[in-house]
Amino acid sequence: MRNTRGRYSVENKSSYLHEFTKGLIKENPNLVGLLGMCPTLAVTALAKNGLGMGLATTFVLVCSNIVISLLKKAIPKAVRLPCFIVIIAGFVTLIEFLMKGYLPELYDALGVFLSLITVNCIILGRAEAFASKNGVFASALDGLGMGLGFTLTLFCMGSIREILGTGAWFGMKIPVLCDHPMTIFIMPAGGFFVLGMLIALVNKLFGKKPPKEINCEGCPSAAVCKGQCKTEEAETA
Amino acid sequence: MSYIMILVGCVFVNNVVLSQFMGICPFLGVSKQVKSSVGMGAAVIFVMTFAAMITYPVYKLLEKFEITYLKTVAFILVIAMFVQLVEIVMKKMMPPLHKALGVYLPLITTNCAVLGVTIGNIDKGYSFSQSVVNAIGTGLAFTLALLLFSGVRTSIEHSDFPETFKGVPSTLIAASIVSLSFMGFSGII
Repeated sequence: MRNTRGRYSVENKSSYLHEFTKGLIKENPNLVGLLGMCPTLAVTALAKNGLGMGLATTFVLVCSNIVISLLKKAIPKAVRLPCFIVIIAGFVTLIEFLMKGYLPELYDALGVFLSLITVNCIILGRAEAFASKNGVFASALDGLGMGLGFTLTLFCMGSIREILGTGAWFGMKIPVLCDHPMTIFIMPAGGFFVLGMLIALVNKLFGKKPPKEINCEGCPSAAVCKGQCKTEEAETA
Repeated sequence: MSYIMILVGCVFVNNVVLSQFMGICPFLGVSKQVKSSVGMGAAVIFVMTFAAMITYPVYKLLEKFEITYLKTVAFILVIAMFVQLVEIVMKKMMPPLHKALGVYLPLITTNCAVLGVTIGNIDKGYSFSQSVVNAIGTGLAFTLALLLFSGVRTSIEHSDFPETFKGVPSTLIAASIVSLSFMGFSGII
């Protein structure tokens, strides 16, 4: 994170570009940051659903990042988490309306997970770690980058699972594969498996040592629990 | 009878973690030790049950004013408030229990399983008692998944994986196998 440098007082194009691109692969929220696993696994049985969920989350992430960074001075520190959650939940309600109106099919497919964007730890994590400390433009780019990184992962997951599991891609049949669909891939077990493989692949390809465990960085509850959950585990170990 | 069906349905057939993918973060984060899984599980059962009890009248209230579309906002606020309240009360009145469950409580506010259950109760049109049974069942299912998985994980920790698979990838693949075993229950209901 760039918190050590504080806010961007000077217009710096390369750092803005960095805010945007870091989320795509290098700090990809779910493959490297290991956040927002629930929607990653739950809605990616079909590529279309994964893409829809990713874009909906991106929308909420960009809007909430903008609003939170605008209001960062007005929100008292003690009650910031509830404030963030209300702002996020407001945008989630908005996207629910839009999707129900224009894409009713997708709305039914995503079901409860559309409402659950509210508690997606990526959004709250970005609000806490970035938007509440940085300027509006940087926050919007950060949200867009992270959101698109999330969408990319969901789209990849959805494509792999749909192609292997049903032998089709966006409903288009693929000649040889559609005769032998491996149904296990669109089942829950396949979701865990494909995500595990993707994370291993990113580890291998990008060589960087990603956080091996789920840690406090990016955990929205870190402020409240101050890493106690970890020390508790260490004590019992 | 229908209560038993709901209970069996959410503990085994539609296990909240392994087949509905809610609460994956705590599932991966806290399942390292059997003891911490029990603590987290107990806290989730507790919060989930009361959250279902509280959100039911809240929804009725929203229904009365015809603003049911605000349910996401209202539910998350009520749950967050409730968790804070429980923590304060517990700290004051029951220090031993707070010591056991306390650290897990703040983590629960952002646990999607809790919000998921309360919204699911509304979507499925459950009555008050059905909602409570569903919440208890889901909490039990979460605890069961965490407990089973903490057992699997203790043995994973000591095994030798290729470098790239160490940590999270191996954990996820193990979760996939555990989830596979739960598919065997799918014929019960």
